Amino acid sequence: MYLTQEEEKILDGEKGDVLERMFRLLTRLGDIYGADKMIPIGSVQVAGVSYKSIGDPGTEFLEDIASQGATVQVLTFLNPAGMDLENWQKIGFPNDFATNQLRIMEAFKKMGIVVTSTCTPYLAGNLPRFREHIAWSESSAVSFSNSVIGARTNREGGPSALAAALCGRTPNYGLHLWENRQPTVKIKVAAHLDFTADFGALGWYVGKQVKNKIPYFIGIQEANTDQLKALGAAMAASGAVALYHVEGLTPEADLVKTKGLEPIDVLQKDINETYEKLSSGKNPDIVILGCPHASLREIQQVTDFLKGKKLKKPLWICTSRMMKEVADRMGYTTIIEKAGGNIVADTCMVVSPIEKMGFKTTGVNSGKAANYLPGFCKQEVVFANMKKLVEAQL
Amino acid sequence: MKGRMISPGKAKGEAIVSKESIGFYGGIDAKTGIVIEKGHPLEGKCVTDKILVFPCGKGSTVGSYVIYGLKKNGVAPKAIINKETETIVATGVILAGIPCVDHIDIEQINTGDIVTVDADHATVDLV
Repeated sequence: MYLTQEEEKILDGEKGDVLERMFRLLTRLGDIYGADKMIPIGSVQVAGVSYKSIGDPGTEFLEDIASQGATVQVLTFLNPAGMDLENWQKIGFPNDFATNQLRIMEAFKKMGIVVTSTCTPYLAGNLPRFREHIAWSESSAVSFSNSVIGARTNREGGPSALAAALCGRTPNYGLHLWENRQPTVKIKVAAHLDFTADFGALGWYVGKQVKNKIPYFIGIQEANTDQLKALGAAMAASGAVALYHVEGLTPEADLVKTKGLEPIDVLQKDINETYEKLSSGKNPDIVILGCPHASLREIQQVTDFLKGKKLKKPLWICTSRMMKEVADRMGYTTIIEKAGGNIVADTCMVVSPIEKMGFKTTGVNSGKAANYLPGFCKQEVVFANMKKLVEAQL
Repeated sequence: MKGRMISPGKAKGEAIVSKESIGFYGGIDAKTGIVIEKGHPLEGKCVTDKILVFPCGKGSTVGSYVIYGLKKNGVAPKAIINKETETIVATGVILAGIPCVDHIDIEQINTGDIVTVDADHATVDLV
């Protein structure tokens, strides 16, 4: 790989130990994946933020880097933490967990990272442009920025994203190159997609089959950004889809080559069966919405639905701190709290320790959450659309 | 068999083979090395000190820290062999210092086989 003189100096350790180590990781990844050079990036999103995800090894790794004074070179946001960073006591997150989580946030802050924790940075103040090179890591944010915005990022691991942030560069390979953004499988959808959850079901079904291919969807007539967010998130969870195109809807769909692609049909019965397959439980102890983090529109929909009603069991809507601010100002938070629910910011059901908070069965409207909750939170899952889930709790 | 070096080092051990992809985050417990993904072909099996063989990584990008955590906790596999190593696994094995080779025809390896991995020369051999 070609390196500039300045980059050679980083590798020689002239900019300190941390940068040398981080840049070595980037150059090795570049060598493996055939990068010709390093490219400057516009922004970074770092995953691996929850104490539950990274544990003591990750925490010590981050504290070590922070203690050596290294700081990020570009706008850098974080993935969800393991708890609401402001209201964790009120919502009931355990004390010892909180102590460790706050250690992690302190380490990130020391590095100059914006300690706002969300899987939807594009809704919260970190919005790349079409064709901008970025290094993001949360798998649904990667999918959204590549597919819906048309920015360019590989699926970065937590550490490689951090390395990119500290060095301001990423190796030029994979999805940074136009030739690698061409679709490799055609998905013909012949099913009703009414609810956001339907898009999650579709995404889960497709991701399972296509693994890390690049799907080109036909037959999706209409989808808003919430629904595309749900679709991409589920495909990235059941498979490793980092980029997809939707005919007529996403920015690169008209630009890519679609001839001769292997077709996969998705029928109504495939969607229906996916709902059944992902629902291992009955009667949720809690309903958790907002995976990926709820947009303001999604919060409005729940608010409208809950107005003047009373929930029998807890309900969380996970979102970014920015959306929560607006929800507070608009009085949505009060309406939801009066009904017995909570808007929970900075975290989500997958990375928070819900299994230690007494919950055994969780209701979700997200294909991604339904995919992860059994393994990572030891939950039985009820996967259904928002209205069905909430109605069952009234 | 000749492949591509992802992370340097040498190892010899018993293979544990998954025909399905592995997502380390939520898939393998970093404290015990036991596969916890429900319905995974390796569910309940332990990867510690084995040569872990699977086609490619999947799922969450936090997987890199899980691999790093497996190593720090002393429950990591001795080496990893893939058909195609994606970035999450690559970052994890480089940080953790676990030898890893990809572009290997993993169909030829069965669970229980004794395998040597020489990642420095990108080779994998059945003993």
